Amino acid sequence: MADLSTNLDTPDQAKRNKRMASSLGLVAVGMVGLAFASVPLYQLFCQVTGFGGTPQIAAENPKGVIAREMKVRFDVNVDKRLPWTVKAAAPITDQIGKVDTVNYIATNNSDKPVTGVATFNVVPDKAGIYFNKIECFCFTEQTLQPGESVEMPIVFFVDPDLDENHELATIKEITLSYTFYASDSEGS
Amino acid sequence: MANTAHLEAQATGHDHASHDHHTPTGWRRWVYSTNHKDIGIMYLVFSIIAGVIGGLLSGAMRLELQEPGIQIFHGLAAMAYGLEGDSAIDAGKHMFNVFVSAHALIMVFFTVMPATMGGFANYFAPLMIGAPDTAFPRINNIAFWLLPPALLLTVLSMFFEGPSGMLGFGGGWTAYPPLATSGHPGPSTDFVIFSLHVAGVSSILGAINLITTILNMRAPGMTLHKMPLFAWSVLVTAFLLLLALPVLAGAITMMLTDRNFGTTFFNPEGGGDPILYQHLFWFFGHPEVYIMILPGFGIISHIVATFSRKPVFGYMAMAYAMVAIGFVGFVVWAHHMYTTGLSLDVQRYFVAATMVIAVPTGVKIFSWIATMWGGSITFRTPMLWAIGFIFLFTVGGVTGVVLANAGADRALHDTYYVVAHFHYVLSLGAVFSIFAGWYYWFPKMFGYMYSEFLGKLHFWVMFVGVNLIFFPQHFLGLAGMPRRYVDYPDAFALWNRVSSIGYYITFVALVIFFYATWEAVRKKRLAGDNPWGDGATTLEWTLSSPPPFHQFTTLPKIDSKDAH
Repeated sequence: MADLSTNLDTPDQAKRNKRMASSLGLVAVGMVGLAFASVPLYQLFCQVTGFGGTPQIAAENPKGVIAREMKVRFDVNVDKRLPWTVKAAAPITDQIGKVDTVNYIATNNSDKPVTGVATFNVVPDKAGIYFNKIECFCFTEQTLQPGESVEMPIVFFVDPDLDENHELATIKEITLSYTFYASDSEGS
Repeated sequence: MANTAHLEAQATGHDHASHDHHTPTGWRRWVYSTNHKDIGIMYLVFSIIAGVIGGLLSGAMRLELQEPGIQIFHGLAAMAYGLEGDSAIDAGKHMFNVFVSAHALIMVFFTVMPATMGGFANYFAPLMIGAPDTAFPRINNIAFWLLPPALLLTVLSMFFEGPSGMLGFGGGWTAYPPLATSGHPGPSTDFVIFSLHVAGVSSILGAINLITTILNMRAPGMTLHKMPLFAWSVLVTAFLLLLALPVLAGAITMMLTDRNFGTTFFNPEGGGDPILYQHLFWFFGHPEVYIMILPGFGIISHIVATFSRKPVFGYMAMAYAMVAIGFVGFVVWAHHMYTTGLSLDVQRYFVAATMVIAVPTGVKIFSWIATMWGGSITFRTPMLWAIGFIFLFTVGGVTGVVLANAGADRALHDTYYVVAHFHYVLSLGAVFSIFAGWYYWFPKMFGYMYSEFLGKLHFWVMFVGVNLIFFPQHFLGLAGMPRRYVDYPDAFALWNRVSSIGYYITFVALVIFFYATWEAVRKKRLAGDNPWGDGATTLEWTLSSPPPFHQFTTLPKIDSKDAH
């Protein structure tokens, strides 16, 4: 039974209604798509802008060294499913722009080879865009043999442009933090 | 134009002779309903039922918070789990959070939205624009019948495992990961996610139906700029639903796959970011609060104009203020996230954009007052609710401007100040607009007049009650009491007790509401086509009360001099 109330509903009206409803339906589907598209877009946005303290990757420091000093602290967390101990590097104070190398030391405490992977960011978040890593263990997965202990080097510098950012004028310390997880590819 | 000949027949509960189709009767009339008015009534009944459940949950919370220490939830936990001692207390703490979460979800998705965008919008938007029904009556039916299972899923979530060994989802209506993912390994979160999926589909279908109706099916001469403000508010709200809800659906789908299928959208372990969930949630969540309040704006405009016997002041400004609120509402979401480490420049933008919303909102408040100014005001029950709405919404708006400041928000984030703020705009603002609409359109929907005395009593008792609940929560928030805790230090005892007393008064007000409704239906005082007189100019008042099963078999013609 056509309950569509109406003797007033001309076929033309019904067609117009259907056309509008389908375009509105497409809008809704498009918004779901946009929600999913936001995942890679957000990642890209963080990498490009250093949003959320995402450090940058660089080949070298082309901008030279300035007088202002910056202390860089190193932090580490290990997920409980990864049977490693990781020792963070000692804090280092140096002129902004100097390329420095520090080492984390990771030890596999289990009796099996275990692969780990690390995520990382810096605080203050705003410093992410100025924190450049030339070399880092975090770029690749690491597999440690049973009982093996390795030094994991980080080669980094702080971009001298940081000095021109008013929001960071009072900052004397940047903390680089790593969180190690068991890698999915190996299991744990 | 009024169809008085049919009044007697309808007033005794029969539909008038159906001249076009046979009119379904009994349970078929409701379950199979494709009639926008019947569906509207079902939405309202559904909203009342859900509101009672949500209100009782908050009652348990206020009982608990009446005094420092844990009063009832360890007992409830002991009953539910058979635990004793400290483990009962731990389970009770979680259960409090379960109540908080379920209260919020039920009030937002199953009480306010079904009442405004389900009930009043379905019933009155087609009448006001002179349409015979909505564009897609059968979709309308589906949209309604998706809601009861959605509510059932939310209620069921309280009885399934959340954190290991405990029942229910306690992550708040925002459901942030990681608490909602690794913090709740049990299936209760999945019930909540499915519930929101189903409710979201319902709302999106309803929104498509209403937009199509309003854009395509207006009576001849009813241009958009002559359309009543309630229809405008429904149109804007439907667009907000259409654009915002799919984003929530996407976000909770990602959470669902994170929880069950090993994806890592919000899990840093696999390169995801829990903050992304907050961005997606609030991209939906902020428009959502306007979804809850905009239809109320429309209702209040009609009531203020009707009982001031004046056309609403600044019609065009009122309509476009709602459009502006809708637009700006999409670009302010991160003001819910000031404490997540946004850079100062990003915070500056969100502070400024948020405060901009106060401008169109201020235009609306001003225009309501200007409508009353010099008007011939009668303080009938709907007008009391409308004025109460304007007052309470303004209070909530002012605290909103305070919270818009990122600096102040550092101190006030997740305190009772925020709780007071959003209850002033929603629990008091939106709910008062719903009661205003209920009393305004009650005679139209049911054909009977409610008791003016009972309606006013309901208003005054509720006005005192809700203010007593929520005003002291400003003090608690400023003093630093965080939200979503089962217990608090002794220093917060006084205002918590006052707040709980306010709840009991509000409870009495709701008893009065149910009695007033029952009394009106029992006494059967016929309302007539238009009980409100010259001030009520919109098309629904040209029909009988209740309107015929199918209206506007001859489309009304709107000529240029007709007021909105």
